[in-house]
Amino acid sequence: MFPIVYQRQLSDSVFEMGVQAPAIARKAKAGQFLMLRVDEHGERIPLTFSDWSAEEGWIRFIFMRVGKTTHQLSHLVAGDSLADVVGPLGVPTHVEGVGRVAIVGGGVGAAVAYPVARAMAEAGNEVTVILGARNKELLILEDEFRALPLKQLIVMTDDGSAGEKGLVTAPLKSLCEAGALDHSMAIGPAIMMKFCAATTKEFGVPITVSLNPIMVDGTGMCGACRVSVDGHTKFGCVDGPDFDGHAVDFEELMSRQRVYSDLEREADADFSRECSCHR
Amino acid sequence: MPPLDETPAQKPRHKPSRAPRTAMPERDALERARDFDEVSLGYSEEQALAEANRCIQCKNPTCIEGCPVNIDIKSFIARIIDGDYAGGVSVLKERNALPAVCGRVCPQEEQCEASCVLARKGEPIAIGRLERWLGDFDLACDLEHRCAPEVGEPTGKRVAVVGSGPAGLACAGELRRFGHAVTIFESLHAPGGVLTYGIPEFRLPKAIVQAEIEMLGVMGAELVTDIVVGATHTLDELLAEEGFDAVFVGSGAGLPLFLGIPGENLNGVYSANEFLTRVNLMKAYEFPSYDTPVWRGRKVAVVGGGNVAMDAARTAKRLGAEEVFLVYRRSEEEMPARREEVHHARQEGIEFKMLCSPQEIVGHDGWVTGMVATRMELGEPDASGRRAPVCVMDSDFVIDCDTVIVALGTRSNPLISQTTPDLEVTSRGYIATDENGATNKPGVFAGGDIVTGSATVILAMGAGKKAARAIDSWLGGAARG
Ligand SMILES: Cc1cc2nc3c(=O)[nH]c(=O)nc-3n(C[C@H](O)[C@H](O)[C@H](O)COP(=O)(O)OP(=O)(O)OC[C@H]3O[C@@H](n4cnc5c(N)ncnc54)[C@H](O)[C@@H]3O)c2cc1C
Ligand SMILES: Cc1cc2nc3c(=O)[nH]c(=O)nc-3n(C[C@H](O)[C@H](O)[C@H](O)COP(=O)(O)OP(=O)(O)OC[C@H]3O[C@@H](n4cnc5c(N)ncnc54)[C@H](O)[C@@H]3O)c2cc1C
Ligand code: SF4
Ligand code: SF4
Ligand code: FES
Repeated sequence: MFPIVYQRQLSDSVFEMGVQAPAIARKAKAGQFLMLRVDEHGERIPLTFSDWSAEEGWIRFIFMRVGKTTHQLSHLVAGDSLADVVGPLGVPTHVEGVGRVAIVGGGVGAAVAYPVARAMAEAGNEVTVILGARNKELLILEDEFRALPLKQLIVMTDDGSAGEKGLVTAPLKSLCEAGALDHSMAIGPAIMMKFCAATTKEFGVPITVSLNPIMVDGTGMCGACRVSVDGHTKFGCVDGPDFDGHAVDFEELMSRQRVYSDLEREADADFSRECSCHR
Repeated sequence: MPPLDETPAQKPRHKPSRAPRTAMPERDALERARDFDEVSLGYSEEQALAEANRCIQCKNPTCIEGCPVNIDIKSFIARIIDGDYAGGVSVLKERNALPAVCGRVCPQEEQCEASCVLARKGEPIAIGRLERWLGDFDLACDLEHRCAPEVGEPTGKRVAVVGSGPAGLACAGELRRFGHAVTIFESLHAPGGVLTYGIPEFRLPKAIVQAEIEMLGVMGAELVTDIVVGATHTLDELLAEEGFDAVFVGSGAGLPLFLGIPGENLNGVYSANEFLTRVNLMKAYEFPSYDTPVWRGRKVAVVGGGNVAMDAARTAKRLGAEEVFLVYRRSEEEMPARREEVHHARQEGIEFKMLCSPQEIVGHDGWVTGMVATRMELGEPDASGRRAPVCVMDSDFVIDCDTVIVALGTRSNPLISQTTPDLEVTSRGYIATDENGATNKPGVFAGGDIVTGSATVILAMGAGKKAARAIDSWLGGAARG
């Protein structure tokens, strides 16, 4: 069992959780993820490390409540525990010698972008972060990003309730136009990553995307996570989750993410009915 | 443990019966194809006795050589004849820590039973079924009354075992008998390897696997799940930082192969590993009581001809598929699956489409709607001695289906070799070892599917035991064993 040592709500549907897992904390690197299972009947789901402390033996992750498992997770607090936590999995994000880089974090993707931005900045790169959210309430980790040694933090919301009104691709495009980027990175919903890839492609700026296909084991054993990159099948969990955004087949990714939509809705509806609390 | 030297063959009393081989009771095919309960029901005591009494207790029992771990088959059968069932279990456990498992899944017809003298007349002793019966007899006892192999005096040495499949479990058990402290690291949340995530409940109930594994706990082996060696700890860290004196790698061959044809990433296409893992390990057949979903197709095409393909096809049927096709490039004769499994699959209504080679998976809106296949015919024997299939010109046809399960086999997972650069691997990525399981890296041993590629439960167990002896002598205990 993995004891939960910390829990906080970041927005209506986004939560941060800290778990005691010393062996994993010693090894975690930016861009890597874990697989967790809440209880004996639970599903194995992947979540990215948002922070960790090798000394104190904890790891943290940020999750959005989207279905049954994340819903269940959102009800757990310090003192509860998780049945299983496995990791660190996946190839760490390449952070050395990247140069001038823009990191786009959309929605809960900001959680994944945070350790990446920190590691990129620590490695001496010139980092611009573009955070995107539908509105002010859904914007997360702004203060944490402000505390990093960034070149610039740009906030975009769909309705203009925080930062600029508009999509993350707008400032990304301006930076590309200005010739201010050696590299870029996009982390968030597949559709956002797809448009970021299209934006940077025009200017020949390379882009790394952090993909989130459906996973079962997270260790290369099942192939559920396969994605097409440059026409070749790759396993998201062991070959990724980072891939060259200009080579990824996003349509396929989005289609594959929907395989279980109907079943998942059924499971979450069942759970919501049983669960009395409506946070 | 009872003495094994007195062979009942010397007792004049035993008169072998001339009765035919005792059939194994099975559930009705149509009934069983609707649930996940075990297909074969096992012998009753009377049936076990009747079958055991057919054994002629040969002076030179040829059966024993047929078993990869050389179980003293003649003696365990003699114990059954004498009514000394616990004694029979001890004989089995001398060589095989998982008799209830092997009695169910060993390809006996090619191993022990093929070597029984009675096989010549076509009616070998049903050694596997007897082994299963004794194994189940043992598991039916309370834990403290079960046959526990004796544990050796503590040696002060610690060995890490990577992977809790048959190879790792057998190695761990043997190491405990030598008195070494053992910690088994398993990457999944449940132990057992393919026994747990691959072979379905209806062929090998998970309660049996767990009960056999429990015995290792009684013997003092420690099991730690949720540790991916190569990620959470590297092999070098286990040796240098975690204080282990030696490591055994039994990580299996878990990386699924795909066909490499168009349409393979459509929704509804599974590797057999994913499909079986969802159903067995994650219990998707009990969704939504268990959270992991599985897509239940109405028309399912399974590609392959081995045990894995049979398991996938029969599982699909149980999930409610109306039609399940088995699509195989060669003919039924060449199928590597066990005859018994092929027979069971047919009984349950799996349709065999032999001499068909998939060319493309077609779909609509991201979902599978069919598979284009070409008819094949058998040509000259190839390097493996099997007749190679060759395409029949212009014979493409479409198999109407909404699910495709690819059961083409597996390769080694590179996680451990990639993070252990000085560990020698073969050109196909399997760990290279000598005949005792020693790798080129001092203190590191390996065995099972990670060395041989996909093989069998009993071969993996044999390799684990052999490596345990090599580890023991490496640790300075050469006098034992
Ligand atoms: C490498 C990786 C890193 C991720 N990091 C984060 C993160 O840091 N924070 C975060 O909020 N989310 C992250 N995700 C997504 C997260 O795993 C899913 O939101 C979660 O699994 C949903 O589970 P659920 O039961 O609550 O919802 P469900 O109702 O089961 O699913 C909702 C949607 O989530 C996706 N999903 C469902 N099951 C899985 C699964 N087993 N594996 C992957 N995706 C699945 C599907 O697209 C599905 O339609 C990550 C995904 C991947 C692959
Ligand atoms: C569906 C199916 C049906 C089969 N049917 C039969 C049958 O009827 N009869 C028969 O004899 N054989 C059968 N086999 C083959 C048999 O199961 C295997 O040959 C046998 O299980 C191999 O044992 P193993 O211990 O080498 O590996 P596995 O059983 O594969 O066990 C390896 C274990 O190591 C773990 N692991 C892997 N990597 C790591 C890591 N990095 N760190 C920690 N742990 C790790 C895995 O999670 C797994 O638990 C079947 C196989 C399959 C897939
Ligand atoms: S372990 Fe397998 S091969 Fe050996 S005797 Fe038992 S059933 Fe036969
Ligand atoms: S060879 Fe057959 S008949 Fe002879 S001892 Fe072995 S099982 Fe019995
Ligand atoms: S999640 Fe199973 S192989 Fe990637």
